Amino acid sequence: MGKTLAEKILSLKAKTDVNSGDIVITPVDLAFVQDTTGPLTVREFLNNGFEKLANPDKTVLFIDHAAPSPNSQLSTDHITLRDFANKTGCVLSDAGDGVCHQLVAENIAAPGDVIVGADSHTVTAGGIGAFATGMGSSDVAVAMALGKTWFRVPETIKVVCSGTFQKHVYAKDLILHLIGLIGADGATYKALEFAGDTVDKMTIGDRLTIANMAVEAGAKVGLFPADETTRQYMKAQGREHLYQPLSADADAVYERSVNIDVSSLEPTVSKPHTVDNTALAKDLKGTKIQQVAIGTCTNGRIEDFEIAASILKGKKRHPSTRLLITPASRTILKQMIKTGYAEILLDAGAMILPPGCGSCLGLHQGVLGDNEACLSTANRNFKGRMGNPNSFIYLASPATAAASAITGQISDPREVL
Amino acid sequence: MQGKAFKFGDNISTDHIVPGRLAHLRSNLPELAKHVLEDADPTFASRVKEGDFVVGGNNFGLGSSREHAPLVIKMAGVSAVLAKSVARIFFRNAINRGLPVLICDTDKINDGDELEVDLKQGLIIDKTNGNRLTFNKIPDAMLSILHEGGLMPYIKKYGDFQM
Repeated sequence: MGKTLAEKILSLKAKTDVNSGDIVITPVDLAFVQDTTGPLTVREFLNNGFEKLANPDKTVLFIDHAAPSPNSQLSTDHITLRDFANKTGCVLSDAGDGVCHQLVAENIAAPGDVIVGADSHTVTAGGIGAFATGMGSSDVAVAMALGKTWFRVPETIKVVCSGTFQKHVYAKDLILHLIGLIGADGATYKALEFAGDTVDKMTIGDRLTIANMAVEAGAKVGLFPADETTRQYMKAQGREHLYQPLSADADAVYERSVNIDVSSLEPTVSKPHTVDNTALAKDLKGTKIQQVAIGTCTNGRIEDFEIAASILKGKKRHPSTRLLITPASRTILKQMIKTGYAEILLDAGAMILPPGCGSCLGLHQGVLGDNEACLSTANRNFKGRMGNPNSFIYLASPATAAASAITGQISDPREVL
Repeated sequence: MQGKAFKFGDNISTDHIVPGRLAHLRSNLPELAKHVLEDADPTFASRVKEGDFVVGGNNFGLGSSREHAPLVIKMAGVSAVLAKSVARIFFRNAINRGLPVLICDTDKINDGDELEVDLKQGLIIDKTNGNRLTFNKIPDAMLSILHEGGLMPYIKKYGDFQM
C-alpha cells in the first residue's frame, strides 16, 4: 500500500513501516521552544531530574515573542532561557534574530525531518517537507531529554490545488479559503497534504504561508512535497547537502480529497473571532480599520514586503490607520533595506518593528484599543489575541492589508490599484 | 468525580483560557491561575470549586501550544474537561498534565448541572436532569500517561515511552 507524506516521513525516521492510526516513537531532528513556552519547558526539564540534552545542537531556544522584552517578568524569563543555554550547550536565538518558524525554515529544517516545537505554528516547516508540529512544554522537555517523541500517525486530507492565481490573489487567500471551507476543526488530528499543479509552481515562501496556517484547521501537520523548488531554496542557504526529494506515493490512501481551483479565488478575509469565519474582501468594504499589521511568521518574508511596497509606493497610509511592519527575521529586514522596500514603506507612513512576533499575540508593539479593528497578515484572530478582548482582528494577504492601509477600510486590492 | 458544570460555547481558544497579554505571569502560575478562562467568563475563576467540570462545545482549546491553558484549568480544581470535540495540542497537553478530557455530547448538559463522572465505567451522570452520557474512550497511549498523572510522572516511572 502506498504512503502519504506523513506516513512516509514517519516510517523513514522511525525505521519501521507505519500507517495512519499507528502509534510510533520517532527520533527528533529538532526540538525548540520560544520565550513564552520555554521557561516552563526549562522548569519541567530541571525539576524532573533531567540534566543533559540528548542533542544540544538540535535543541534551540528562541527569544522572539517578546523581543525585546516589554516588562521585567518577561525579561527574567529571557534570563532563564539564556542561563539554560549556557548550562546545557544548546543553541540560543536571542531577541532581534527573528521568529522561530522563519529561522527554522531559513537555517535548520530539511525535507524528511521530524521537528517538535513548543509553539503551535511549528507546522510552518511543513512547507519544506518536514514533519513539524507544535506541542506543549512538557512534551518538548521530554523530546529535549530523550531525543525522541511519540505520535499517532495521522490520517491525511489531500488538498489538490490547480490553476493559476488571478492578479492580486495569493497563497494567503488560498489557505484562508480552505480553512473557511473545511472549518477551524476540519483537519483536527489529521495531516493536510498539498498537491497539484499550483503547488508544483509555488515558491517556498508561499508554501510556508500555507503550512503555517494548517493548525488553524486543527491539523497536526501541513505537508508539501520536497522538489526542485525546495532544492533551490536550500541551495541558496548553503544547505543543499541536506536536501532529499520527497513525495507521496501515487497509490497513497487519503481520508478524503479537497479540490481547489485557485483561479476562482478572490481576495479573502477572516473576520473576528475565528479563522474559518471567512468572507471576500470586496464584501467587507466600509469596515473601518485603525491598524494594519504586515509581517509575522505567516507573511513576514521579503516577497510579502515586495507586494506591500508595490502597492504602497508613492502612496500614504490613511491618516486614521496605523501601519506596522514586522519582518520575520533579521535577514529579511536587511533584504528590505537593500531592496529599498523599507524606504518605500517608511515613506508611506509605516513603522518598522524589530524582527520577531511583533503585535501578533498581544504582548506589545501594537496592542489594540477598545473597539478598534486591525487587519493583520498573521494567522489568528481569536478574541483578545492582540491584547484586548474588546477589539477586532481581520486576517488577509499582504496585498489586501496594504490596500486597506491606504483606504483606512477593508479593501479589495484590485479596487485600489 | 463530582462537581458542577460550567458551560462554555464552541471554539474556546487558548486565548480565552490564558490570554497572551498575561504572558508575563507565566512564570508565576498561582497569579496566572487567577485569570483562568477570563476572556470567556470573567466570573469563572471566583465561582469554580474543587471537583467542578469545564464543559465546552466543539473544538475546545484551539490555538496556541501553551500548556499553561490546561495547567491553570487543573490548578482551579477542575476535575475534567468535557467537550464535543477538542483541539489536538490542548488534548495532548491536558493529558500530559493529568487533566482528563472527555469527548461526549455536551448539548445534554446545562450550565450549573451537578455531574458525576465514572472514568472507569466511561459514564457521565447528570444528576440535575437525569441524563446518562457515555464518552469516547481515551486512546491507550494517552490513557497510560493519564494513569500516571501526566507525562513527567510517566517518564520518571518508566524512563522512556512504553507504547
